[in-house]
Amino acid sequence: MPVFVFIPLAPVLGALVLFLFGRRLPRRTISALACSTIAAAFVFSVAAFINLLSTAASGQNILTYKLFTWISAGAFRADAAFRFDPLAAVMVLVVTGVGLLIHVYSVGYMSRERDYGRYFACLNLFTFAMLLLVLADNLVFMFVGWEGVGLCSYLLIGYWFEKPSAADAGKKAFLVNRIGDAGFLLGILFLWTAAGTTSFFSLEIAVAGSVIAPSLATLSAVLLFIGAAGKSAQIPLYIWLPDAMEGPTPVSALIHAATMVTAGVYMVARLNPLYSFSPAAGQIVAFVGALTAVYAGTIALVQNDIKRVLAYSTISQLGYMFLGCGVGAYAAGVFHLFTHAFFKSLLFLAAGSVIHALSGEQDLRRMGGLKKYLPRTYPVFLVGALVIAGVPFLSGFFSKDAILVSAFARGQWFVGILGLAGAVLTAFYMFRLIFLAFFGNERFPAEVKSHIHESPAVMTRPLAVLAFLSIVAGFTGLPAVLGKRANLFSRFLEPVVRPAAEGNLSLGAEWTLILASAACAAVGIWLAYLFYVRNTALPGRWAARLPRIYRLLGRGYYVDEIYGAIVVNPLVRGADAVYRRFDLGIIDAAVDGTGRAAGYFGKAAGLVQTGWIKDYALAVLFGLVIFLGVLLF
Amino acid sequence: MNAPLLSLITFLPLAGAIVLIFIPKEERRRLFIAAIAFAVAAFVLSLVLAVRFDGNEAGPQFVENRPWLGYGIHYHLGIDGISLYLVLLTAFLAPLVLLASRTSIRDRFKEYLLFMLILETGMIGVFLSLNLFLFYVFWEAALIPMYFLIGIFGGKRRVYATTKFVLYTMAGSLLMLVGIFVLQGTYARLSGSYSLDIFDLSRMVLSNSTQTWLFLAFGLAFAIKVPLFPFHTWLPDAHVEAPTGASVLLAAVLLKMGAYGFIRIGFPLFPDAVKRFAPGLAVLAVIGIVYGGFMALVQKDVKSLVAYSSVSHMGLVLLAVAAWNTISLQGAILQMINHGLSTGMLFFAVGVLYERTHTRMISDFGGVGRKMPVFAALFLAAVLSSLGLPGLNGFAGEILCFAGIFAAHKIWAVLAVTTVILAAAYLLGMYRKVFHGPVTNDRVAALRDIGGRELLIFIPIILLMFWIGLFPGTFLKKTEATVSRYAATVQSRRAEHVRTNRPRLVSEVTPELEAGTGETR
Repeated sequence: MPVFVFIPLAPVLGALVLFLFGRRLPRRTISALACSTIAAAFVFSVAAFINLLSTAASGQNILTYKLFTWISAGAFRADAAFRFDPLAAVMVLVVTGVGLLIHVYSVGYMSRERDYGRYFACLNLFTFAMLLLVLADNLVFMFVGWEGVGLCSYLLIGYWFEKPSAADAGKKAFLVNRIGDAGFLLGILFLWTAAGTTSFFSLEIAVAGSVIAPSLATLSAVLLFIGAAGKSAQIPLYIWLPDAMEGPTPVSALIHAATMVTAGVYMVARLNPLYSFSPAAGQIVAFVGALTAVYAGTIALVQNDIKRVLAYSTISQLGYMFLGCGVGAYAAGVFHLFTHAFFKSLLFLAAGSVIHALSGEQDLRRMGGLKKYLPRTYPVFLVGALVIAGVPFLSGFFSKDAILVSAFARGQWFVGILGLAGAVLTAFYMFRLIFLAFFGNERFPAEVKSHIHESPAVMTRPLAVLAFLSIVAGFTGLPAVLGKRANLFSRFLEPVVRPAAEGNLSLGAEWTLILASAACAAVGIWLAYLFYVRNTALPGRWAARLPRIYRLLGRGYYVDEIYGAIVVNPLVRGADAVYRRFDLGIIDAAVDGTGRAAGYFGKAAGLVQTGWIKDYALAVLFGLVIFLGVLLF
Repeated sequence: MNAPLLSLITFLPLAGAIVLIFIPKEERRRLFIAAIAFAVAAFVLSLVLAVRFDGNEAGPQFVENRPWLGYGIHYHLGIDGISLYLVLLTAFLAPLVLLASRTSIRDRFKEYLLFMLILETGMIGVFLSLNLFLFYVFWEAALIPMYFLIGIFGGKRRVYATTKFVLYTMAGSLLMLVGIFVLQGTYARLSGSYSLDIFDLSRMVLSNSTQTWLFLAFGLAFAIKVPLFPFHTWLPDAHVEAPTGASVLLAAVLLKMGAYGFIRIGFPLFPDAVKRFAPGLAVLAVIGIVYGGFMALVQKDVKSLVAYSSVSHMGLVLLAVAAWNTISLQGAILQMINHGLSTGMLFFAVGVLYERTHTRMISDFGGVGRKMPVFAALFLAAVLSSLGLPGLNGFAGEILCFAGIFAAHKIWAVLAVTTVILAAAYLLGMYRKVFHGPVTNDRVAALRDIGGRELLIFIPIILLMFWIGLFPGTFLKKTEATVSRYAATVQSRRAEHVRTNRPRLVSEVTPELEAGTGETR
């Protein structure tokens, strides 16, 4: 058996043991078990990666391994089979690498929780499901991981299930994702009928051979993208992700920033032959991504909950990834996925450290001046902010730039400009957060102040590692201006993700764009400085001047309320009315009525049986008269 | 060497019932042990059957065929890929149901066990009969014990519920009885001899109008049992009033008799009528899927929620039957088993809650997950199985149903897929209200987690859910031969009938099994 088959093994065993015995094991055993299974998966991933590098040299860069035939009936067949190629390699390294750091961090962050075993059981199970998702060699088997991560997300968002808001958020996440999944399933079915297969390998051949009609390809690509929009929180299905912040912060970092929410991007990149084959579907992906990037960015501007800022930021960054994939720059999209995994989990974990320090406080309005209290958290948080803001030579800069360059190179000016606008927003909301949390007056109560403490090493060390990775990860994907072969990342992905068609962007134009996006970052940071350090009265004044807009953004454009009013409530109320008026009132009443009518008929017939001889005699006489009458006339 | 295995499995429970008669009703323990012993014996034999069952054989196996009452009425039993797992499911659940009754049934324990065992014989007999008359006898035999189980051991409105259940079902089965006589007469006229053998009868080519009337007669009986919208309103009442064990068997097995009837009798015997009625059937099934889902969404009683979820899930099964190809039929059969396991388990679980709190109102709960963590986890597994989470059994059946339906009619499948959303909505909505949130009332605060006997009920079901979900192939491969022949036979019979519409008898149809089994690709 090839080594990559073993990657998901340890996490699933860990999950099994922890689910069965987690309540009885001591905490130290639980931590050791949970972390070591992920460490094992990481080691296997690295080994598989090295192995792939060596086999790739001999031209073999797509490895598959079939475990068994999973579901098979007639012409329908789905194998439990793995596929290991450069794209999968990147994903397993991210999932197990970042996953390991977050497991370790969790040991500190969750140390005082009651259901310690349940937490790590879910986290291990999540890692397993995510690995299945990225290693699956066909869409149906991928769906196992796809739904598995959704389940774990549900379980972990609702980790504190006694808290109604957490329980509701978990349910909402599952339900909204299921809407996407319905689309995903239909997409699978359309592809299966069109191509007779769901395996990525055969699908690619079918697309290349134009076996699939273009209209059908577009339809299935769009349906699959609905699934991606659910999982990766894009318009119009993003609404679950902000609420998902009810889960423990390490969960937000792992599932709702670094890994699970990128599954949609991964899926589109995985099916890049299909999306390239259907320009219309690609265009839709690009538009939705670009719109989401800006849209979520605007909401992030005014959020006061530190985690909600990061949640909207994640939605926005996922939009960039889709933007990249949509314009055909799949490698750039995956590259942003790669760098984002580091800097966004860094930001979440650092935010977790802040929350931890402030005894659970998440409201930016009750923070401020934390720089001196959190000497280890502050610098890494700052690094994360600089990286996501797109400060040159940090990883976020390179990956975002790669996407924007591709957009402009393909003449997608509209989405490209949206991307640049989003860059300003990103820099602004991120530094707003930094300034509000770490600079200025201390706005927390004395009670909290007395408890402030820097987090333990088990939490800060993973932060340092992530900060380091956030800085350097970008050098794997240097822009083309620095040399045609400078982008190691996209060259590595080439066997799976066809290199984007040569951009027609001149060297000068590309340099201009690089400078422009650096300028966007600078403007955003400067504005945040202006608002939140130089003149702290400004935000209040603007909020007072534009109260409607401020409230509109603060409430996320009232989308939850709108969905509630036009979708959820009408459906539930309608169903209730139908239940009472139709199901009970008509169908069931008809059934009862039939029964009662039979009863009445019996009673009516019974009336004739009076028991009096004279009545019977009269009836006989009456009948005789009629009988004779009929006979005679 | 050849013991009449099928007869043994069918009548062991009845023998158990007879033995119970001689045990005094005060000796609860002995009654319980005797009943369980017979049910377990039947289950063990059914396992033997499953092991010895040859998956490559398309026709019925272990056949027992003896003349009985004359006029074509034979004692004719046999098992094939269509009935195999339904028999196993029944024999598997019966001991668990008896186990659950140990504490939940306080009065008239003996009668309860007695009726349960008779019920088991009736249900297994339905799936094993290959003679229409025998089928009818078992069909009715299963009805009577259920009447008493609900009527004696049920809740406050038990008499209303059980009367409704029986009258409704009787109305259907009377029409079926008339249909059986018509078939018997027609066969005699065409062939000169009597037969009620299902396979003999399926060799008749009937005139259009005869087929129509007969399909309607049989179809109504089956549709009520399934239950197909709009014949479903007996189900929530029956479930709400029925005791736990009766609810489990009602949902898990009795409903399957309807869908089984369509597969075994309705479609093969009246292929031409089916061609006309399948779209109508499909429309009702789709309505059932969506409608049942929405109705489940607004239920306040957990039991009626699960009852409406059955309407929705069985709608999918029937839609798959209406699509009638190898994939969809394989999906339908697997999904019947899956529904039996998940819904059966949900009813067991509701029973656990009811036994402890004497309420089933969703609003009476909240925070149960904190008081009963093990139970909450197992309940969640049943919920996830029911809503079709991949890796658990529900998905394997669902995806095959979807794929088969999709191959037949894309629009049907698009509408059917809404069940993915609806099932999650009503099941997780209920789970949220019952298990999550803070503990707000004393009843919940006093709850204790499930113990050994209850675990003994749940664990086997959960293990099966994982087994079917992870390795559905072990199940599908035993049914594929029969199913693909059924799919092909009916398709070719339809084609044959197009050529001529003269009532006559055709020789045994043996279509090519390999290629072109009617799959639309």
